[in-house]
Amino acid sequence: MSSLPVNRQTALPGFQETDNTAENPGVRAPLVLNMDRFGQVTRQVCQVAESKKPPFAWYAAFAVSLALVGLLGFCVNYLIFTGVGVWGLNNPVMWAFDITNFVFWVGIGHAGTLISAILFLFRQKWRTGINRFAEAMTIFAVICAGLFPGIHVGRVWLAYWLFPIPNQMDMWPQFRSPLLWDVFAVSTYFTVSFVFWFVGMVPDLATLRDRAKGRIQQFAYGLFALGWRGSNRHWHRYEVAYLLLAALSTPLVLSVHSVVSFDFAVSQVPGWHTTIFPPYFVAGAIFSGFAMVVTLAVPARQLFGLKDLITLRHLDNMNKIILVTGCMVGYAYSMEFFIAWYSGAMYERFAFVNRAFGQYWWAYWIMVSCNVITPQLFWFKSIRTSIPIMFALCLVVNIGMWFERFVIIVTSLANDFLPTSWDFFTPTWVDMGTMMGAFGLFGTLFLLFCRYLPMIAMAEVKATMPQANPHWSGYEAHDDHGHAGGSAKPSFASPDALRSPGSGPDGGPSAL
Amino acid sequence: MTTLSPTTAPVTQGNQIPRKRLYGIVAEFHDPAALMAAADKVRMAGFRWWDCHTPFPVHGLDKAMGIKRTILPVLVFGAGLTGTTIGFCLQAFTNAASFSIWALVWVTGYPFLISGKPLISMPAFIPVMFELTILLSALSAVGIMFLFNGLPRWNHPLLSNKRFLRVTDDRFFIVIESRDPRFFASRTEQFLKDLGAKAVEMVEA
Repeated sequence: MSSLPVNRQTALPGFQETDNTAENPGVRAPLVLNMDRFGQVTRQVCQVAESKKPPFAWYAAFAVSLALVGLLGFCVNYLIFTGVGVWGLNNPVMWAFDITNFVFWVGIGHAGTLISAILFLFRQKWRTGINRFAEAMTIFAVICAGLFPGIHVGRVWLAYWLFPIPNQMDMWPQFRSPLLWDVFAVSTYFTVSFVFWFVGMVPDLATLRDRAKGRIQQFAYGLFALGWRGSNRHWHRYEVAYLLLAALSTPLVLSVHSVVSFDFAVSQVPGWHTTIFPPYFVAGAIFSGFAMVVTLAVPARQLFGLKDLITLRHLDNMNKIILVTGCMVGYAYSMEFFIAWYSGAMYERFAFVNRAFGQYWWAYWIMVSCNVITPQLFWFKSIRTSIPIMFALCLVVNIGMWFERFVIIVTSLANDFLPTSWDFFTPTWVDMGTMMGAFGLFGTLFLLFCRYLPMIAMAEVKATMPQANPHWSGYEAHDDHGHAGGSAKPSFASPDALRSPGSGPDGGPSAL
Repeated sequence: MTTLSPTTAPVTQGNQIPRKRLYGIVAEFHDPAALMAAADKVRMAGFRWWDCHTPFPVHGLDKAMGIKRTILPVLVFGAGLTGTTIGFCLQAFTNAASFSIWALVWVTGYPFLISGKPLISMPAFIPVMFELTILLSALSAVGIMFLFNGLPRWNHPLLSNKRFLRVTDDRFFIVIESRDPRFFASRTEQFLKDLGAKAVEMVEA
């Protein structure tokens, strides 16, 4: 019906984009391009899972990822069978790559929950194009994150001590420790994110089940579709449950990185002991997470032909969020410095000057240039809507945010209170291999997800199309906005038929 | 509108016609507006055991069908409070109690004294209490939702109807079940046709 004029732009040969980023306050910008029927959305999303063979690039990426998983398996086993000495840790620097990777991956996950929960509460309809794979990204990122604390404890076989399991030693975890809060925060986060992702996917799995031709597909999709058949009585409870999950995930996601930051902020180490950490970590997490979403969305939409569903407008919006959170992170960096000076605490002041100009000065300035300076380019619309440039900038942000965690953890530990014990952390090949391997694990899981599961929330996308609104094709009766609806009154209803529907076995379906 | 008003039909289980046991009748519509208008009329006609099936939640359909709001949020609130309580009791017992309780095995608490802090250090207990509140609420929201919906169930008479399978793609259906007191196969079929259904089919149980 009414939509903004969309003009073609050809930035690069072969990379044609439809520009739907123009703002017109009178008209809603279209979120689904070149499609006006629901069936077209179904086909475009399902063709990825239903195609006999994925594109060649998928095989190439999968081979690389799988090789890195092999490397990860080797490094982790080598670590477990030899001891944590195979990492480059030394006496003051007891945490380095392990915890850097942990915080990095937990942070990546945050964008998925932000998109699925917070943007849902804010009624941001553009989230529907990207929420499914952003949530998948969350789950796979948290899997990668969970690996590192698991293997860095040294005696991996005692990792169950993290949980309050009754045992014959009458030994319990120490609940006043932020490290234990972390166990609960991250495991709750994983569980709730997984449930949220799966519940959102059930109607789409039913679509795949109903379209499946082969027995294996019918069985596999049918098993996980849980018998969903689009009943409106089900949809009613489903939507309430989904809203509740969004409302519960919102404080949860803000709490998770806050709790992660308590690992540092509750300690007494100069450079860690700051009250700005919880909001600063959350902003940084969302910043890095959105950069990762863009990094994944750009090749995925290109490769699987989903440009009409993940449009330039979606990418533009995400780049705006990267800009905002990048500014917050920049503010946090400067405020940390200000407070270090203003507090008058000698150790605190030294820690920050040392961070910028000490032995790790290069890491600090990589962090600042990647996280504070680079995202400022997103002020320009031409950059926000240029696919190759946004992809490059988001890679830079990913690198910068990894370095942020490295800087916070390693610089604060390497030069602690006692100058005689100062040391320098150098990663070993096992450190590097484990880090690369985690990216491989993430890539493998993500590629499998793209291949076999509905990458875009079909049901939700359809619901945001103008055609989904009953008023679009002229439904007038029973209007929510108080107009008279007399025209559609049935002429055949007898008075006793207008009794309100009851509930229970005889009066109709249960009203619970 | 129609001479074959279902409301004038004898109230019966519809067993007068010799046939296989019917699950119900499905009527197909092609857009949400047509479905909404039809749903209005099915509700007005007094049917109880009927439902609309859609590929996505249609805004306003709950009202057109007369669906009452679910009590799910109240139950989830209860689950959340349970989580908070468990979180407190778990920490208070394991870190501050010196007595034994039976939790599958006999377990004893251990009063941890850490830098002179009180045994019941509420601020330090908040994070775990919060996480368990969220965990139990979220799991119960989903669990109770599926329970009330009668899911998971992997077979259903409707899913054996070829036409109905497009419900997860782009078609909209109204299903009137044979157990409805006002159901009478031929008249209900005609009723649904008169509502503007593009196709009407019987589904066997």
